[in-house]
Amino acid sequence: MVDFAGWDMPVQYSGILDEHRAVRERAGLFDVSHMGRLEVSGPASTQVVDSLVTQRVRELESGRAAYGFCCNDAGFILDDIIVYRLGAEEWLVICNAGNREPITSLFAETSARLGANFVDRSDATALIALQGPRARALLPEAAALKRFRVETLIVEGIPARIACTGYTGEDGFELMCDAGQVEALWKLLLRRGEGELLPAGLGARDTLRMEASLPLYGHEIDAKTRPFEAGLARFVALDKGDFLGQAALRAAAEAELPRQLVGLVMKERGIARQGYAVIDEAGEVVGEVTSGGPSPTLQQNIAMAYVPLRLSALGSSVKIQIRDKRVAAEVVAMPFYRRSK
Amino acid sequence: MSQYPEDLRYTQDHEWARVEGDTVRVGVTSYAVRQLGDVTLVDLPAQGSKVQAHQRFGDIESVKTVSELFAPISGEVIEINPELESRPELVNESPYGEGWMLVIRPDNAADLGELLDAAGYAAHVTKIDG
Repeated sequence: MVDFAGWDMPVQYSGILDEHRAVRERAGLFDVSHMGRLEVSGPASTQVVDSLVTQRVRELESGRAAYGFCCNDAGFILDDIIVYRLGAEEWLVICNAGNREPITSLFAETSARLGANFVDRSDATALIALQGPRARALLPEAAALKRFRVETLIVEGIPARIACTGYTGEDGFELMCDAGQVEALWKLLLRRGEGELLPAGLGARDTLRMEASLPLYGHEIDAKTRPFEAGLARFVALDKGDFLGQAALRAAAEAELPRQLVGLVMKERGIARQGYAVIDEAGEVVGEVTSGGPSPTLQQNIAMAYVPLRLSALGSSVKIQIRDKRVAAEVVAMPFYRRSK
Repeated sequence: MSQYPEDLRYTQDHEWARVEGDTVRVGVTSYAVRQLGDVTLVDLPAQGSKVQAHQRFGDIESVKTVSELFAPISGEVIEINPELESRPELVNESPYGEGWMLVIRPDNAADLGELLDAAGYAAHVTKIDG
């Protein structure tokens, strides 16, 4: 178990590689209750969410979800979140555990100011993720749920808010239920999946999201990063109504990118890790690795890194400083892994 | 009975050393392997290079982390495990067998006496795990 933002969480159950393969080939079950769950409701709720999130949320239909960012005044990323429209005037926001306090304050204060109801449901509820090509077969209750849709369904007597979302690059679901019922829900899913479903920890979650090139707060994105250099402009609706950070984001969108997040495949023996330097052809340090590790699916060592624009084209060659060696890497397209439909 | 092989000597950094005539075979312990998880890369020195006791001779990477490997004794590397480059998982599967890393010709074999025996290493691990 490791301490993760104050939570005791398993890095692995049976082994990261085993769990990773289970999710890619069959199914895995994750406990992601550490993530924050915030509910905003009432006539002013849409305005609250719309004013804090970069995505176009007003147009979202009930039962749909969207990925986006909360940014500060300068357009830097405070957190990446998923917003679920549960009803016309009912919203659920899922944020990262490490950012739960500032994001909770932001939504609580804005709700108070605009007159919406705000409830932090993080402690009263739990969140588990069932991910993998077999997820739909193991949860027939949600078989009809399409990508980025959410519905409240009953699973063997347990009411659960089930969303077709995830952080693995696979089909699957995230299930939110009362904290008191999550153990029963976890066990019944494991029972249904006996022989094909493995419990999976933070380690596999990280290798899976890396292969799918999904950003992780504190790695690819942070309070010194705007969505553009991370290649996430499509989640920023610059032309919608006022939202926090809009003016700075508009200005940044017009300016040349200071750097660009790229995918790397190691061409020589070595594993790049967060914080390792990216070296150019002249031997200068020009960037930094944000995440890296072995890709169990590709059987290659992969990484994501920020580099200057001149080195961001596919096929560009860089070196990564790995302890006392400089190891060759090539810029490749992301995501590294895309599931077949 | 100790859970660690009685015929080996151990470092506090979780390497083992086995005397084989006038050479010493080196690897990492089952405890190290459990802490690391799936080993994905082992970086070893070149054959013929010199290693120094208590000094880093290489690195071992698992999916999540990288750790340094420390030499149990000073000497010359006369053999490295050629299998580990393509099959680093041997370290997980057989830490005291096929997962060995180096064979060293020690400068002074008597230095091995400074290392822990199996019971001493077991006590050391118990202390770390609290």
